[in-house]
Amino acid sequence: MLDHMGALEAGSAGRPGPALAVRGLSKRFGDRVAFQDLSFEIGRGEVFGFLGPNGAGKTTTVRTLGTLLVPTSGSATVAGFQLTPENAVEIRRRIAIMPEAPGLYLKLTVVENLECFADLYEVRDPGDRIAAALRAVNLIDRSHDTCGTLSKGLRQRVALARALLSDPEVLFLDEPTAGLDPVAAREVHELIDGLRKQGVTIFLTTHRLEEAERLCDRVAILNTTLRTIGRPGELRDQLFARTILVSTLNPLADPGKVFTGLKAVDSWRQEGTTGSYVLAVSDPSTAAPAATRALVAAGADVLSIAESHHSLEDVYLELIAEDPEASRREA
Amino acid sequence: MSRRRIWAIVRKEVREYRRNRSVIYGMAILPLVFAIQPLIAVLRLSSGASEGLAHEHVLLYMLGIPTLVPVFVAAYSVAGERQQGTLEPALTTPVRGDEFLIGKAVAALLPSLLIAYLVFAVFVGIVEVKAAPGVAASVMQPMDLLAQLLFTPLLACWTVWVAIAISTRSSDVRVAQQLGVLASLPPVFVTVMIALNVIEPTPQLAIGCGALLIVLDVFGWLLVSRLFDRERLISGSH
Repeated sequence: MLDHMGALEAGSAGRPGPALAVRGLSKRFGDRVAFQDLSFEIGRGEVFGFLGPNGAGKTTTVRTLGTLLVPTSGSATVAGFQLTPENAVEIRRRIAIMPEAPGLYLKLTVVENLECFADLYEVRDPGDRIAAALRAVNLIDRSHDTCGTLSKGLRQRVALARALLSDPEVLFLDEPTAGLDPVAAREVHELIDGLRKQGVTIFLTTHRLEEAERLCDRVAILNTTLRTIGRPGELRDQLFARTILVSTLNPLADPGKVFTGLKAVDSWRQEGTTGSYVLAVSDPSTAAPAATRALVAAGADVLSIAESHHSLEDVYLELIAEDPEASRREA
Repeated sequence: MSRRRIWAIVRKEVREYRRNRSVIYGMAILPLVFAIQPLIAVLRLSSGASEGLAHEHVLLYMLGIPTLVPVFVAAYSVAGERQQGTLEPALTTPVRGDEFLIGKAVAALLPSLLIAYLVFAVFVGIVEVKAAPGVAASVMQPMDLLAQLLFTPLLACWTVWVAIAISTRSSDVRVAQQLGVLASLPPVFVTVMIALNVIEPTPQLAIGCGALLIVLDVFGWLLVSRLFDRERLISGSH
Protein backbone atom coordinates (compact mmCIF):
# COMPACT_ATOMS: atom_id res chain seq x y z
CA MET A 1 0.00 0.00 0.00
CA LEU A 2 2.83 2.35 0.73
CA ASP A 3 3.81 2.17 -2.91
CA HIS A 4 1.05 4.74 -3.27
CA MET A 5 2.59 7.10 -0.77
CA GLY A 6 4.30 9.12 -3.42
CA ALA A 7 4.70 12.50 -1.79
CA LEU A 8 5.08 11.06 1.69
CA GLU A 9 8.73 10.88 2.61
CA ALA A 10 10.54 9.29 5.47
CA GLY A 11 10.91 11.77 8.22
CA SER A 12 14.40 11.05 9.47
CA ALA A 13 16.07 14.42 9.63
CA GLY A 14 19.77 15.03 9.52
CA ARG A 15 20.31 15.32 13.28
CA PRO A 16 22.84 12.81 14.54
CA GLY A 17 22.29 10.35 17.36
CA PRO A 18 19.52 7.93 18.14
CA ALA A 19 15.86 8.67 17.45
CA LEU A 20 15.08 8.01 21.10
CA ALA A 21 17.43 7.79 24.06
CA VAL A 22 15.93 7.13 27.48
CA ARG A 23 17.95 7.15 30.69
CA GLY A 24 16.50 6.20 34.06
CA LEU A 25 13.07 7.53 33.15
CA SER A 26 10.32 7.10 35.76
CA LYS A 27 6.73 8.23 36.11
CA ARG A 28 4.61 8.14 39.22
CA PHE A 29 1.05 9.24 39.86
CA GLY A 30 1.11 9.93 43.58
CA ASP A 31 2.10 6.66 45.21
CA ARG A 32 1.43 4.60 42.11
CA VAL A 33 4.40 3.77 39.94
CA ALA A 34 3.47 3.79 36.25
CA PHE A 35 6.97 2.85 35.09
CA GLN A 36 10.36 3.04 36.68
CA ASP A 37 13.97 3.42 35.70
CA LEU A 38 13.60 2.85 31.98
CA SER A 39 16.78 3.04 29.94
CA PHE A 40 17.07 2.20 26.25
CA GLU A 41 18.00 3.66 22.91
CA ILE A 42 16.26 3.35 19.57
CA GLY A 43 18.19 3.94 16.38
CA ARG A 44 16.85 5.97 13.48
CA GLY A 45 14.78 3.82 11.18
CA GLU A 46 14.36 1.08 13.77
CA VAL A 47 11.04 -0.61 14.52
CA PHE A 48 11.00 -1.06 18.26
CA GLY A 49 8.38 -3.22 19.96
CA PHE A 50 7.24 -2.38 23.46
CA LEU A 51 5.49 -5.32 25.06
CA GLY A 52 3.98 -5.85 28.44
CA PRO A 53 0.86 -6.91 30.30
CA ASN A 54 -2.04 -4.57 31.00
CA GLY A 55 -1.04 -1.83 33.40
CA ALA A 56 2.67 -2.35 32.74
CA GLY A 57 3.12 1.31 31.79
CA LYS A 58 3.34 1.07 28.00
CA THR A 59 0.84 3.79 27.17
CA THR A 60 2.15 6.02 29.95
CA THR A 61 5.64 5.65 28.49
CA VAL A 62 4.35 6.69 25.06
CA ARG A 63 2.52 9.67 26.55
CA THR A 64 5.60 10.70 28.50
CA LEU A 65 7.90 10.48 25.49
CA GLY A 66 5.22 12.31 23.52
CA THR A 67 5.38 15.25 26.00
CA LEU A 68 1.82 14.74 27.22
CA LEU A 69 3.03 13.72 30.67
CA VAL A 70 5.99 15.08 32.60
CA PRO A 71 8.40 12.40 33.84
CA THR A 72 8.96 12.19 37.58
CA SER A 73 12.67 11.52 37.16
CA GLY A 74 15.25 10.56 34.57
CA SER A 75 15.91 12.04 31.17
CA ALA A 76 15.25 11.34 27.53
CA THR A 77 16.03 12.64 24.08
CA VAL A 78 13.26 12.43 21.51
CA ALA A 79 14.03 13.11 17.83
CA GLY A 80 17.21 14.84 18.92
CA PHE A 81 15.57 17.09 21.52
CA GLN A 82 15.93 16.84 25.27
CA LEU A 83 12.59 15.89 26.81
CA THR A 84 11.81 19.11 28.68
CA PRO A 85 8.68 21.29 28.82
CA GLU A 86 10.55 23.99 26.86
CA ASN A 87 11.18 21.57 23.97
CA ALA A 88 7.69 20.08 24.01
CA VAL A 89 6.44 21.87 20.90
CA GLU A 90 9.62 21.12 18.94
CA ILE A 91 9.34 17.44 19.89
CA ARG A 92 5.66 17.28 19.00
CA ARG A 93 6.47 18.78 15.59
CA ARG A 94 8.76 15.82 14.87
CA ILE A 95 6.72 12.94 16.21
CA ALA A 96 3.26 11.53 15.70
CA ILE A 97 1.29 9.40 18.11
CA MET A 98 -1.47 7.09 17.09
CA PRO A 99 -3.32 6.26 20.31
CA GLU A 100 -5.10 2.98 20.85
CA ALA A 101 -8.50 4.59 20.28
CA PRO A 102 -8.49 6.41 16.93
CA GLY A 103 -9.99 9.56 18.50
CA LEU A 104 -11.53 10.91 15.31
CA TYR A 105 -14.09 13.68 15.11
CA LEU A 106 -16.98 11.43 14.21
CA LYS A 107 -19.26 14.17 12.89
CA LEU A 108 -16.59 15.35 10.45
CA THR A 109 -15.60 13.66 7.22
CA VAL A 110 -12.28 11.88 6.77
CA VAL A 111 -10.87 14.85 4.84
CA GLU A 112 -12.14 17.37 7.39
CA ASN A 113 -10.41 15.41 10.15
CA LEU A 114 -7.16 15.39 8.22
CA GLU A 115 -7.47 19.07 7.28
CA CYS A 116 -7.67 19.98 10.95
CA PHE A 117 -4.52 18.02 11.78
CA ALA A 118 -2.64 19.20 8.69
CA ASP A 119 -3.21 22.75 9.94
CA LEU A 120 -2.26 21.87 13.53
CA TYR A 121 1.03 20.46 12.20
CA GLU A 122 1.28 23.41 9.79
CA VAL A 123 1.90 20.97 6.95
CA ARG A 124 2.97 22.51 3.65
CA ASP A 125 0.74 21.71 0.67
CA PRO A 126 -1.95 20.20 2.90
CA GLY A 127 -4.13 19.09 -0.01
CA ASP A 128 -1.33 17.02 -1.53
CA ARG A 129 -0.25 15.60 1.81
CA ILE A 130 -3.79 14.59 2.72
CA ALA A 131 -4.27 12.90 -0.65
CA ALA A 132 -0.94 11.06 -0.27
CA ALA A 133 -1.78 9.93 3.26
CA LEU A 134 -5.19 8.71 2.15
CA ARG A 135 -3.66 6.82 -0.76
CA ALA A 136 -1.15 5.28 1.64
CA VAL A 137 -3.89 3.81 3.78
CA ASN A 138 -6.05 3.00 0.76
CA LEU A 139 -8.88 5.31 1.79
CA ILE A 140 -8.98 7.81 -1.04
CA ASP A 141 -12.45 6.64 -2.14
CA ARG A 142 -13.85 7.14 1.38
CA SER A 143 -12.40 10.60 1.91
CA HIS A 144 -15.76 12.36 2.02
CA ASP A 145 -17.45 9.83 4.29
CA THR A 146 -18.32 10.95 7.79
CA CYS A 147 -15.98 9.20 10.22
CA GLY A 148 -18.92 8.07 12.37
CA THR A 149 -20.10 5.85 9.51
CA LEU A 150 -16.77 4.01 9.17
CA SER A 151 -15.97 0.59 10.60
CA LYS A 152 -13.40 0.26 13.37
CA GLY A 153 -10.78 -0.95 10.91
CA LEU A 154 -11.34 2.01 8.60
CA ARG A 155 -11.21 4.45 11.53
CA GLN A 156 -7.89 2.95 12.50
CA ARG A 157 -6.65 3.57 8.99
CA VAL A 158 -7.80 7.19 9.14
CA ALA A 159 -5.91 7.55 12.43
CA LEU A 160 -2.82 6.14 10.75
CA ALA A 161 -3.23 8.56 7.83
CA ARG A 162 -3.46 11.36 10.39
CA ALA A 163 -0.23 10.19 11.99
CA LEU A 164 1.52 10.13 8.61
CA LEU A 165 0.46 13.67 7.65
CA SER A 166 3.32 15.41 9.38
CA ASP A 167 6.03 13.13 7.99
CA PRO A 168 7.17 12.25 11.53
CA GLU A 169 10.70 11.30 12.49
CA VAL A 170 9.37 9.04 15.23
CA LEU A 171 6.00 7.39 14.96
CA PHE A 172 4.43 6.04 18.16
CA LEU A 173 1.82 3.39 17.49
CA ASP A 174 -0.10 2.38 20.60
CA GLU A 175 -1.77 -0.97 19.99
CA PRO A 176 -2.46 -0.16 16.33
CA THR A 177 -4.24 -3.44 15.62
CA ALA A 178 -6.24 -3.74 18.84
CA GLY A 179 -9.75 -4.89 18.03
CA LEU A 180 -9.11 -5.28 14.30
CA ASP A 181 -10.06 -8.37 12.34
CA PRO A 182 -7.19 -10.38 10.81
CA VAL A 183 -7.54 -8.77 7.38
CA ALA A 184 -7.51 -5.23 8.76
CA ALA A 185 -4.62 -6.13 11.08
CA ARG A 186 -2.65 -7.47 8.14
CA GLU A 187 -3.20 -4.23 6.26
CA VAL A 188 -1.82 -2.28 9.20
CA HIS A 189 1.16 -4.65 9.31
CA GLU A 190 1.84 -3.99 5.65
CA LEU A 191 1.72 -0.26 6.31
CA ILE A 192 4.18 -0.54 9.17
CA ASP A 193 6.42 -2.69 7.01
CA GLY A 194 6.30 -0.05 4.31
CA LEU A 195 7.15 2.72 6.76
CA ARG A 196 10.10 0.72 8.03
CA LYS A 197 11.38 0.40 4.46
CA GLN A 198 11.15 4.18 4.19
CA GLY A 199 13.29 4.63 7.29
CA VAL A 200 10.66 5.91 9.72
CA THR A 201 11.47 5.12 13.35
CA ILE A 202 8.52 3.29 14.85
CA PHE A 203 7.81 2.74 18.53
CA LEU A 204 5.16 0.04 18.59
CA THR A 205 3.32 -1.02 21.71
CA THR A 206 1.38 -4.19 21.23
CA HIS A 207 -0.16 -7.18 22.89
CA ARG A 208 0.18 -9.24 19.74
CA LEU A 209 3.44 -11.05 20.12
CA GLU A 210 3.44 -12.49 16.62
CA GLU A 211 3.01 -8.91 15.41
CA ALA A 212 6.06 -7.76 17.37
CA GLU A 213 8.06 -10.75 16.20
CA ARG A 214 7.18 -10.12 12.59
CA LEU A 215 7.60 -6.36 12.52
CA CYS A 216 10.14 -5.35 15.13
CA ASP A 217 13.90 -5.17 14.88
CA ARG A 218 14.11 -5.21 18.67
CA VAL A 219 11.63 -5.60 21.46
CA ALA A 220 11.50 -4.60 25.09
CA ILE A 221 9.32 -6.29 27.65
CA LEU A 222 8.04 -3.92 30.28
CA ASN A 223 6.37 -4.61 33.54
CA THR A 224 6.68 -1.28 35.30
CA THR A 225 10.42 -1.85 35.02
CA LEU A 226 12.14 -3.03 31.88
CA ARG A 227 12.41 -6.82 32.08
CA THR A 228 14.43 -7.42 28.97
CA ILE A 229 15.39 -5.83 25.68
CA GLY A 230 16.92 -7.22 22.51
CA ARG A 231 16.26 -8.83 19.17
CA PRO A 232 13.55 -11.51 19.39
CA GLY A 233 16.08 -14.21 18.46
CA GLU A 234 18.54 -13.01 21.09
CA LEU A 235 15.86 -13.06 23.76
CA ARG A 236 14.96 -16.62 22.86
CA ASP A 237 18.59 -17.64 23.11
CA GLN A 238 18.97 -15.87 26.45
CA LEU A 239 16.00 -17.61 27.99
CA PHE A 240 15.85 -20.97 26.33
CA ALA A 241 18.54 -23.57 25.64
CA ARG A 242 18.70 -24.42 21.94
CA THR A 243 17.26 -27.86 21.37
CA ILE A 244 16.83 -30.46 18.67
CA LEU A 245 13.80 -32.74 18.71
CA VAL A 246 14.39 -36.28 17.48
CA SER A 247 11.55 -38.62 16.72
CA THR A 248 12.02 -42.30 15.92
CA LEU A 249 9.47 -44.96 15.01
CA ASN A 250 10.33 -47.07 18.09
CA PRO A 251 12.17 -46.14 21.29
CA LEU A 252 15.93 -46.59 20.98
CA ALA A 253 17.37 -49.60 22.76
CA ASP A 254 20.26 -47.59 24.24
CA PRO A 255 19.75 -43.85 23.63
CA GLY A 256 22.66 -42.94 25.91
CA LYS A 257 25.02 -44.76 23.60
CA VAL A 258 23.61 -42.89 20.57
CA PHE A 259 23.52 -39.33 21.95
CA THR A 260 26.18 -39.09 24.63
CA GLY A 261 29.38 -37.51 23.41
CA LEU A 262 27.97 -36.32 20.10
CA LYS A 263 29.57 -33.16 18.75
CA ALA A 264 27.74 -29.97 19.93
CA VAL A 265 25.24 -31.97 22.01
CA ASP A 266 25.36 -30.85 25.65
CA SER A 267 22.74 -33.20 27.10
CA TRP A 268 19.71 -35.22 26.13
CA ARG A 269 16.47 -36.54 27.63
CA GLN A 270 13.71 -38.87 26.54
CA GLU A 271 10.08 -37.64 26.45
CA GLY A 272 8.24 -40.35 28.39
CA THR A 273 8.66 -43.84 27.01
CA THR A 274 8.07 -42.95 23.38
CA GLY A 275 10.64 -42.52 20.63
CA SER A 276 10.91 -38.78 21.23
CA TYR A 277 14.17 -37.24 22.44
CA VAL A 278 15.16 -33.69 23.23
CA LEU A 279 18.83 -32.81 22.71
CA ALA A 280 20.22 -29.62 24.28
CA VAL A 281 22.77 -28.35 21.78
CA SER A 282 25.24 -25.54 21.48
CA ASP A 283 25.08 -25.40 17.66
CA PRO A 284 22.14 -27.03 15.85
CA SER A 285 23.86 -27.00 12.47
CA THR A 286 26.65 -29.19 13.85
CA ALA A 287 24.57 -31.29 16.21
CA ALA A 288 21.79 -32.24 13.77
CA PRO A 289 24.02 -33.98 11.17
CA ALA A 290 25.97 -35.71 13.95
CA ALA A 291 22.77 -36.97 15.54
CA THR A 292 21.46 -38.14 12.16
CA ARG A 293 24.63 -40.12 11.49
CA ALA A 294 24.53 -41.67 14.97
CA LEU A 295 20.89 -42.65 14.61
CA VAL A 296 21.46 -44.24 11.20
CA ALA A 297 24.50 -46.07 12.56
CA ALA A 298 22.34 -47.39 15.42
CA GLY A 299 19.78 -48.67 12.92
CA ALA A 300 17.00 -46.39 14.17
CA ASP A 301 13.95 -45.66 12.03
CA VAL A 302 14.12 -41.85 12.08
CA LEU A 303 10.83 -40.02 11.63
CA SER A 304 12.12 -36.47 12.05
CA ILE A 305 14.98 -34.35 13.33
CA ALA A 306 14.19 -30.68 13.81
CA GLU A 307 15.37 -27.71 15.75
CA SER A 308 12.90 -26.61 18.39
CA HIS A 309 11.71 -23.01 17.84
CA HIS A 310 10.64 -20.87 20.76
CA SER A 311 8.47 -17.94 19.85
CA LEU A 312 8.53 -14.48 21.30
CA GLU A 313 5.37 -15.55 23.06
CA ASP A 314 7.39 -18.20 24.91
CA VAL A 315 9.87 -15.51 25.95
CA TYR A 316 7.07 -13.21 27.07
CA LEU A 317 5.25 -15.91 29.01
CA GLU A 318 8.47 -17.06 30.63
CA LEU A 319 9.24 -13.54 31.83
CA ILE A 320 5.70 -12.78 32.92
CA ALA A 321 5.40 -16.14 34.70
CA GLU A 322 8.37 -15.11 36.84
CA ASP A 323 6.40 -12.07 37.93
CA PRO A 324 3.31 -12.89 40.05
CA GLU A 325 2.14 -9.27 39.98
CA ALA A 326 2.07 -9.24 36.18
CA SER A 327 0.35 -12.62 36.01
CA ARG A 328 -2.32 -11.33 38.38
CA ARG A 329 -2.88 -8.23 36.22
CA GLU A 330 -3.09 -10.32 33.04
CA ALA A 331 -5.70 -12.56 34.67
CA MET B 1 1.51 31.90 18.47
CA SER B 2 0.32 30.35 15.21
CA ARG B 3 -2.77 31.82 13.60
CA ARG B 4 -3.05 28.77 11.37
CA ARG B 5 -3.28 26.42 14.35
CA ILE B 6 -5.80 28.69 16.08
CA TRP B 7 -7.88 28.83 12.92
CA ALA B 8 -7.67 25.01 12.59
CA ILE B 9 -9.32 24.70 16.00
CA VAL B 10 -11.94 27.34 15.19
CA ARG B 11 -12.86 25.76 11.86
CA LYS B 12 -13.06 22.27 13.34
CA GLU B 13 -15.21 23.47 16.25
CA VAL B 14 -17.65 25.35 14.02
CA ARG B 15 -17.95 22.34 11.72
CA GLU B 16 -18.70 20.12 14.73
CA TYR B 17 -21.24 22.51 16.25
CA ARG B 18 -23.10 22.75 12.97
CA ARG B 19 -23.62 18.98 13.08
CA ASN B 20 -24.37 18.69 16.79
CA ARG B 21 -28.11 18.94 17.37
CA SER B 22 -27.93 19.46 21.12
CA VAL B 23 -25.66 22.45 20.63
CA ILE B 24 -27.84 23.90 17.85
CA TYR B 25 -31.04 23.47 19.88
CA GLY B 26 -29.42 24.99 22.95
CA MET B 27 -28.17 27.97 21.00
CA ALA B 28 -31.52 28.44 19.25
CA ILE B 29 -33.95 28.06 22.12
CA LEU B 30 -32.37 30.48 24.60
CA PRO B 31 -32.44 33.53 22.32
CA LEU B 32 -36.09 32.82 21.57
CA VAL B 33 -36.87 32.69 25.30
CA PHE B 34 -35.14 36.02 25.83
CA ALA B 35 -36.63 37.69 22.73
CA ILE B 36 -40.20 36.44 22.48
CA GLN B 37 -41.51 37.37 25.92
CA PRO B 38 -40.39 41.04 25.83
CA LEU B 39 -41.40 41.26 22.17
CA ILE B 40 -44.96 40.14 22.91
CA ALA B 41 -45.09 42.47 25.90
CA VAL B 42 -43.98 45.45 23.80
CA LEU B 43 -46.26 44.66 20.87
CA ARG B 44 -49.30 44.45 23.17
CA LEU B 45 -48.72 47.91 24.57
CA SER B 46 -50.88 50.74 23.36
CA SER B 47 -49.52 54.20 22.55
CA GLY B 48 -50.81 55.47 25.89
CA ALA B 49 -48.68 53.01 27.80
CA SER B 50 -45.45 54.25 26.28
CA GLU B 51 -44.76 56.64 29.15
CA GLY B 52 -44.54 53.75 31.57
CA LEU B 53 -41.70 52.32 29.52
CA ALA B 54 -39.54 55.34 30.22
CA HIS B 55 -38.57 53.75 33.54
CA GLU B 56 -37.89 50.32 32.06
CA HIS B 57 -35.05 49.19 29.82
CA VAL B 58 -36.58 46.43 27.75
CA LEU B 59 -33.58 46.18 25.44
CA LEU B 60 -31.30 45.25 28.32
CA TYR B 61 -33.18 41.97 28.72
CA MET B 62 -31.46 41.00 25.50
CA LEU B 63 -28.11 40.99 27.28
CA GLY B 64 -29.16 37.61 28.65
CA ILE B 65 -28.51 36.18 25.20
CA PRO B 66 -24.74 36.81 24.98
CA THR B 67 -24.48 35.86 28.66
CA LEU B 68 -26.05 32.43 28.31
CA VAL B 69 -25.76 31.30 24.69
CA PRO B 70 -21.94 30.74 24.71
CA VAL B 71 -22.29 28.31 27.62
CA PHE B 72 -23.52 25.55 25.32
CA VAL B 73 -20.51 25.55 23.05
CA ALA B 74 -17.83 26.68 25.48
CA ALA B 75 -18.78 24.09 28.09
CA TYR B 76 -18.65 21.44 25.36
CA SER B 77 -15.25 22.55 24.08
CA VAL B 78 -12.84 20.58 26.28
CA ALA B 79 -15.17 18.18 28.12
CA GLY B 80 -16.74 17.16 24.81
CA GLU B 81 -13.36 16.33 23.28
CA ARG B 82 -12.42 14.41 26.37
CA GLN B 83 -15.69 12.49 26.33
CA GLN B 84 -15.35 11.44 22.70
CA GLY B 85 -11.65 10.60 23.04
CA THR B 86 -10.40 13.24 20.61
CA LEU B 87 -8.50 15.35 23.12
CA GLU B 88 -5.38 13.18 23.23
CA PRO B 89 -4.73 13.17 19.46
CA ALA B 90 -5.23 16.94 19.37
CA LEU B 91 -2.85 17.53 22.27
CA THR B 92 -0.14 15.38 20.68
CA THR B 93 0.16 17.93 17.86
CA PRO B 94 2.39 21.01 18.17
CA VAL B 95 -0.60 23.12 19.23
CA ARG B 96 0.23 25.19 22.32
CA GLY B 97 -2.15 25.46 25.24
CA ASP B 98 -2.93 29.12 24.58
CA GLU B 99 -3.55 28.47 20.86
CA PHE B 100 -5.88 25.63 21.72
CA LEU B 101 -7.80 27.75 24.23
CA ILE B 102 -8.03 30.82 22.02
CA GLY B 103 -9.29 28.64 19.17
CA LYS B 104 -11.94 27.17 21.44
CA ALA B 105 -12.90 30.60 22.78
CA VAL B 106 -13.18 32.22 19.35
CA ALA B 107 -15.24 29.29 18.10
CA ALA B 108 -17.67 29.79 20.99
CA LEU B 109 -17.62 33.58 20.83
CA LEU B 110 -18.23 34.16 17.12
CA PRO B 111 -21.53 32.27 16.74
CA SER B 112 -22.74 33.62 20.08
CA LEU B 113 -22.10 37.22 19.05
CA LEU B 114 -23.67 36.57 15.68
CA ILE B 115 -26.80 35.15 17.30
CA ALA B 116 -26.99 37.90 19.95
CA TYR B 117 -26.69 40.75 17.44
CA LEU B 118 -28.98 39.03 14.93
CA VAL B 119 -31.76 38.44 17.46
CA PHE B 120 -31.32 41.99 18.74
CA ALA B 121 -31.56 43.38 15.20
CA VAL B 122 -34.68 41.32 14.49
CA PHE B 123 -36.21 42.47 17.80
CA VAL B 124 -35.47 46.13 17.04
CA GLY B 125 -36.77 45.76 13.49
CA ILE B 126 -40.06 44.18 14.58
CA VAL B 127 -40.57 46.77 17.32
CA GLU B 128 -39.93 49.60 14.84
CA VAL B 129 -42.41 48.21 12.34
CA LYS B 130 -45.10 46.64 14.49
CA ALA B 131 -45.16 48.44 17.86
CA ALA B 132 -47.71 51.12 18.54
CA PRO B 133 -46.62 54.70 17.79
CA GLY B 134 -44.63 56.10 20.71
CA VAL B 135 -43.88 52.64 22.14
CA ALA B 136 -41.00 52.05 19.74
CA ALA B 137 -39.44 55.41 20.63
CA SER B 138 -39.69 54.57 24.36
CA VAL B 139 -38.09 51.16 23.87
CA MET B 140 -35.26 52.40 21.67
CA GLN B 141 -33.43 54.47 24.23
CA PRO B 142 -30.04 55.46 22.75
CA MET B 143 -28.09 54.54 25.88
CA ASP B 144 -29.71 51.10 25.96
CA LEU B 145 -28.82 50.54 22.30
CA LEU B 146 -25.23 51.55 23.00
CA ALA B 147 -25.12 49.34 26.09
CA GLN B 148 -26.40 46.44 24.05
CA LEU B 149 -23.72 46.90 21.43
CA LEU B 150 -20.84 47.34 23.89
CA PHE B 151 -21.76 44.90 26.64
CA THR B 152 -22.64 42.00 24.33
CA PRO B 153 -19.00 41.01 23.57
CA LEU B 154 -17.83 41.71 27.14
CA LEU B 155 -20.51 39.51 28.68
CA ALA B 156 -20.08 36.78 26.05
CA CYS B 157 -16.34 36.78 26.64
CA TRP B 158 -16.78 36.34 30.38
CA THR B 159 -19.20 33.46 29.88
CA VAL B 160 -16.85 31.80 27.38
CA TRP B 161 -13.93 31.81 29.81
CA VAL B 162 -16.03 30.63 32.76
CA ALA B 163 -17.54 27.81 30.70
CA ILE B 164 -14.17 26.74 29.27
CA ALA B 165 -12.68 26.79 32.78
CA ILE B 166 -15.48 24.49 33.94
CA SER B 167 -15.06 22.36 30.83
CA THR B 168 -11.35 21.79 31.52
CA ARG B 169 -12.26 20.43 34.95
CA SER B 170 -15.23 18.33 33.94
CA SER B 171 -15.35 15.01 32.16
CA ASP B 172 -19.07 15.22 31.43
CA VAL B 173 -20.48 17.70 28.92
CA ARG B 174 -23.92 18.00 30.54
CA VAL B 175 -22.47 18.66 33.96
CA ALA B 176 -20.17 21.28 32.42
CA GLN B 177 -23.11 22.95 30.66
CA GLN B 178 -25.26 22.98 33.80
CA LEU B 179 -22.46 24.42 35.91
CA GLY B 180 -21.73 26.92 33.17
CA VAL B 181 -25.34 28.13 33.16
CA LEU B 182 -25.26 28.46 36.96
CA ALA B 183 -22.01 30.45 36.82
CA SER B 184 -23.52 32.79 34.20
CA LEU B 185 -26.59 33.62 36.22
CA PRO B 186 -25.11 36.48 38.34
CA PRO B 187 -24.56 38.78 35.33
CA VAL B 188 -28.02 37.86 34.03
CA PHE B 189 -29.46 38.77 37.43
CA VAL B 190 -27.70 42.15 37.38
CA THR B 191 -28.90 43.00 33.86
CA VAL B 192 -32.48 42.04 34.77
CA MET B 193 -32.26 44.29 37.84
CA ILE B 194 -31.09 47.13 35.62
CA ALA B 195 -33.76 46.39 33.01
CA LEU B 196 -36.44 46.58 35.70
CA ASN B 197 -34.90 49.79 37.01
CA VAL B 198 -34.27 48.20 40.43
CA ILE B 199 -30.68 49.24 39.86
CA GLU B 200 -30.77 52.63 38.22
CA PRO B 201 -28.73 52.65 35.03
CA THR B 202 -26.40 55.64 34.98
CA PRO B 203 -23.36 56.44 32.80
CA GLN B 204 -21.14 55.90 35.87
CA LEU B 205 -22.67 52.48 36.45
CA ALA B 206 -22.18 51.60 32.78
CA ILE B 207 -18.52 52.65 32.88
CA GLY B 208 -18.00 50.77 36.15
CA CYS B 209 -19.65 47.62 34.83
CA GLY B 210 -17.69 47.86 31.58
CA ALA B 211 -14.38 48.23 33.42
CA LEU B 212 -15.27 45.36 35.74
CA LEU B 213 -16.12 43.11 32.80
CA ILE B 214 -12.84 43.92 31.04
CA VAL B 215 -10.98 43.01 34.23
CA LEU B 216 -13.03 39.83 34.60
CA ASP B 217 -12.42 38.89 30.96
CA VAL B 218 -8.66 39.23 31.41
CA PHE B 219 -8.85 37.36 34.70
CA GLY B 220 -10.93 34.66 32.99
CA TRP B 221 -8.28 34.16 30.31
CA LEU B 222 -5.53 33.95 32.93
CA LEU B 223 -7.56 31.50 35.00
CA VAL B 224 -8.25 29.22 32.03
CA SER B 225 -4.59 29.33 30.99
CA ARG B 226 -3.59 28.21 34.46
CA LEU B 227 -6.20 25.48 34.57
CA PHE B 228 -5.12 24.06 31.20
CA ASP B 229 -2.77 21.24 32.07
CA ARG B 230 -2.11 18.59 29.43
CA GLU B 231 -1.13 15.99 32.01
CA ARG B 232 -4.28 16.46 34.06
CA LEU B 233 -6.47 16.47 30.96
CA ILE B 234 -4.93 13.24 29.65
CA SER B 235 -4.45 11.25 32.84
CA GLY B 236 -7.09 12.84 35.04
CA SER B 237 -4.49 13.23 37.79
CA HIS B 238 -3.40 16.42 39.55
